[in-house]
Amino acid sequence: MPTISLPKRPDGDTLFFRLSFSSAVLILLVLTGIVLSLIDGGWMALREFGPGFVFRNIWDPVNGQFGAASAVYGTLVSSLIAMVIAVPLSLGVAIFLAELAPDWVSQPVGMAIELLAAVPSIIYGMWGLFVFAPWFSDGFQMWAADHLVDLPLIGHWFDGPPIGIGLLTAGIILAIMILPIVSSLVRDALKTVPNVLREAAYGVGATPFEVVTKVLLPAIKNAAVGASILGLGRALGETMAVAFVIGGANRIETSLFMPASSISSTIAQQFNEATDPLHISSLIGLGIVLFMLTFVVMGFARVLLKKKR
Amino acid sequence: MKPFRSVMIATLMASAATSAVASTAIINGAGASFPHPIYARWAEDYNTETGTRINYQAIGSGGGIRQITAKTVDFGATDAPLNIERLDKENMIQFPMVMGSIVPVINVPGIEPGQLRLDGKTLADIYLGKIKRWNDDAIVRLNPGLNLPRRAIYVVHRSDGSGTTYNFTDYLSRVSPEWKENIGANTDISWPSAATTIGGNGNAGVANFVSRTRGAIGYVEFAFAKQNDLTYTQLQSADGKFLQPTMETFQAAAANADWANAPGFKLLLNNQPGADSWPMTAATFILMHKDQVDGDKARTILNFFEWSYEHGNEQAIALDYIPMPDSVVSMVSDLWKNELSTVNGEPVR
Repeated sequence: MPTISLPKRPDGDTLFFRLSFSSAVLILLVLTGIVLSLIDGGWMALREFGPGFVFRNIWDPVNGQFGAASAVYGTLVSSLIAMVIAVPLSLGVAIFLAELAPDWVSQPVGMAIELLAAVPSIIYGMWGLFVFAPWFSDGFQMWAADHLVDLPLIGHWFDGPPIGIGLLTAGIILAIMILPIVSSLVRDALKTVPNVLREAAYGVGATPFEVVTKVLLPAIKNAAVGASILGLGRALGETMAVAFVIGGANRIETSLFMPASSISSTIAQQFNEATDPLHISSLIGLGIVLFMLTFVVMGFARVLLKKKR
Repeated sequence: MKPFRSVMIATLMASAATSAVASTAIINGAGASFPHPIYARWAEDYNTETGTRINYQAIGSGGGIRQITAKTVDFGATDAPLNIERLDKENMIQFPMVMGSIVPVINVPGIEPGQLRLDGKTLADIYLGKIKRWNDDAIVRLNPGLNLPRRAIYVVHRSDGSGTTYNFTDYLSRVSPEWKENIGANTDISWPSAATTIGGNGNAGVANFVSRTRGAIGYVEFAFAKQNDLTYTQLQSADGKFLQPTMETFQAAAANADWANAPGFKLLLNNQPGADSWPMTAATFILMHKDQVDGDKARTILNFFEWSYEHGNEQAIALDYIPMPDSVVSMVSDLWKNELSTVNGEPVR
């Protein structure tokens, strides 16, 4: 039987496939391009200091000695503080809004939280510096200097000048910044839990507390971890807000009241005025370190998610 | 994520490059942020008078040097002057455009602006963390009549790289061998850990921390101290006299400087001789390529600078900048005549 071959012309489906495929490939190309240009820019520093660049605790532009340790420390600690504060708070906010609050409360509050996410980070930085820091200095740090310093184990965290800025302030500002994203994602996840689950739980006599902790939270565990990771991603890379309140000192101190620096804030603050090629290269090298750090954290989180499943 | 920043910068640079090529009527310059207010003012006045548009982008001295080296702008501007070897290598000229000054500012209860006397060594020792309290003997000895409290000193510095830091640390290096030996001078340095330091973002950040923190000392451009009513201090000149920061003492520093013997005009005005020379005064510099592709454009740029030297003093003083002395202006004019030419070898002037 003879077959009739239709004239070949691109149909809509093929076109659509190609378009979406090339969009996906474009992302990969851009990512590869960024990595390559970072390595190219940071090559001088990597060659000069070797892989030990990550662990060297020195940042001395005058003598051309650079290392990422203090910036890595500042980035990790400020992000950790942000997570410790923001994750429980976000869960509480999300549970209240999705499960407990009546509509006339949860809708305006929910919108307010989403608006918080739209505030530019420089506004958080300026608010942190001009409003929060003075208040934090008088309201908390003075008190901490009298009451917390003598505590065993954690006392030295609070042993520093009460100037209102530093690692702890940066962590708190970051917490406020990632709170909206985490809480609105968790709230959305809670809303996807089928109502039959709740009804069944209440039906067997569970209290609201038990419903939340034993039924709802286990059901959205993955989504909650995912939301926290997104928040962590933002905290690790946040630049301007941190630059304003962290204090810009390239040192590792155990006190959370002491000025420190983060990777992205160091890059933002020094790149414009850096003239020494090695200095510029080291700043780009810091960018590579941040890239790797984010990659490792995200990969670790993925593994964590898989195990939980 | 943040690595996108580099792509963004690349895109911006590319677009700056195309716009520079596309139009010859607009002059593009980029660099130091410290002189931005006065350059912008001059550019505006010059535009009203002649119709020539001057675009100045305050992207920082480092950025200005990178942009002019890559020829994406018509002139670069920097607070930290390049040395003559680097200038020759890049085939560029450098000349001072205008000056500014830096003052120490403090927040000590009971001390009024202009009351406290400091000398260079004491200032360096404070920033080194060797003097930790306001009633330290070294400060009391300089201020016999003042009642200084036993308050801890908080040292405020710029957390961003800046020409102000460059000039401030250069001054400390000149007056304190220990500072020169251990710390040095740059747009950004590793601050001594013996002192209790606070890093503020920009002049505004430093001013904010000083005015808020009792016991703080910082350094800002004079204009900033004046506009924000900060408590500035007196400072001892190289010849030993204690001076108030005023336009007269700033101008004395510029007039007493030995510009003629500074190759590439690389001269920092810190700690200049003369009893009345304010010790922390600094010029800011313009960079241009010696071989100009477009002779007419080069002439337009020079006309603007010449106009600024001749007719821009009033605006400069109003913004608390210090105009260049006439002797320096004529030296710069000679430099233009002798060093600038088009790629065909014709002189620009």
